[in-house]
Amino acid sequence: MSRKTLLNSKDIEIILHRLACQLIENHNDFSNTVLIGLQPRGSFLANRLANLLKEEYHIKNLELGLLDITFYRDDFRRKDTPLAAATTDINFLIEDKKVVIIDDVLFSGRSIRAALTAIQSYGRPTNIELLVLIDRRFSRHLPIQPNYRGRQVDAINKEKVLVTWKETNNKDAVYIEQK
Amino acid sequence: MSELSVEHLLGIKYLKANDIDVIFKTADHFKEVINRPIKKVPSLRDITIANLFFENSTRTKLSFELAEKRLSADVINFSASQSSVKKGETLIDTVNNILSMKVDIVVMRHPNVGAGVFLSKHVDAKIINAGDGTHEHPTQALLDSYSIREKLGSVKGKKILIVGDVLHSRVALSNIFALQLQGATVKVCGPTTLIPKYISSLGVTVETNLKKALEWCDVANVLRVQHERMDIKYFPSTREYTQLFGINKEILDNLGKKIVIMHPGPINRGVEITSDVADSNESIILNQVENGVAVRMAVIYLLAQQIKR
Repeated sequence: MSRKTLLNSKDIEIILHRLACQLIENHNDFSNTVLIGLQPRGSFLANRLANLLKEEYHIKNLELGLLDITFYRDDFRRKDTPLAAATTDINFLIEDKKVVIIDDVLFSGRSIRAALTAIQSYGRPTNIELLVLIDRRFSRHLPIQPNYRGRQVDAINKEKVLVTWKETNNKDAVYIEQK
Repeated sequence: MSELSVEHLLGIKYLKANDIDVIFKTADHFKEVINRPIKKVPSLRDITIANLFFENSTRTKLSFELAEKRLSADVINFSASQSSVKKGETLIDTVNNILSMKVDIVVMRHPNVGAGVFLSKHVDAKIINAGDGTHEHPTQALLDSYSIREKLGSVKGKKILIVGDVLHSRVALSNIFALQLQGATVKVCGPTTLIPKYISSLGVTVETNLKKALEWCDVANVLRVQHERMDIKYFPSTREYTQLFGINKEILDNLGKKIVIMHPGPINRGVEITSDVADSNESIILNQVENGVAVRMAVIYLLAQQIKR
């Protein structure tokens, strides 16, 4: 298995700042916007962005929720390994709010499809946007595109994009692995 | 591990400690789901579940039906009182007829002990036992333990008292298995006529003095006196039962400590428990009902996961 570094921690830091600024450009003070990180892996990116917006860009009252989509996935009973759920932590309603869904890698688009269904359980948002760190091109199964992307990657199907975070792997990095 | 080690939920006796852990962790997620504005997930939209109730039930049937609907399963209901069972059809024939309508999971309550085990050997569907005679009622025991875990943080090391008609209670037997599997100590209390003779072989101690038993425990699970299952007189009068084994505010106030009060329902108010106790802050009876839906969703979800397409 070979591994190639796509982004190092410095690259990721610059991208996070850019994404934060792009969010501010569209959502001003976030008074009517909520961030929703997709569990499990999107929550790291969501937490990081939320902290950045609060500390570096002085956004107050930023609302961040974590959404688990396990029960909405379309591959239930189609996999050999069982689907284990993670915690959902959304303690606000999203009725008439702008929602930004945050995930680490956009691949087939099926997780996002599930998230779009799941989010409706918390109300009817005004609109929903999608922010991803890595947008894999030419791999979509559904007509879903991100509004904010960290980096666009052309990877063939046999390759895997792996994102590691300081919080879990001691290092911020994005790799492409060849099986 | 996020899988069950069993293919059916026939009784707690067949479960391992990890199974209970998996069910509770999954139930935590479903408890969050049923407290959302929209309390429904689409996981089981291609699963059909038959609820076969050969014996009366209100809350278990409602709770199962709600759990199934919250998971988006298709549900068919069957009550023995309105069916061909009255015309002499056998259990296997009844169930096979229902299964030929492509049913994936059967939830069954039956007055005969072992009906679920029997069915699981003869039909091709997942079986969930919703009570078989005086034998087991696994989902009730699971929701009881889940409620204790929620209230006290864990079940391990806790002292649990089961008070009342243990002889006729499937809730008691399933609870004993479930609590011991999780490392709790169990004591039973009731008239000697309503305590099974060999109960100590299950590792359960017996106490006939209610006050002493309550002083010992952290949680008291109060059982209903099951008049309908009593073919002979087990105690002289209901009044005498209430005086000796009824739980009232006075006896709890004199304990010098707070204990958690549970009851699987339906309550005979003023017989095994007084209204002021049943409605007090120490009582988690209504939490048990809410948790029942979450726990049943978890059980159904985990079993459905094993059905391959």
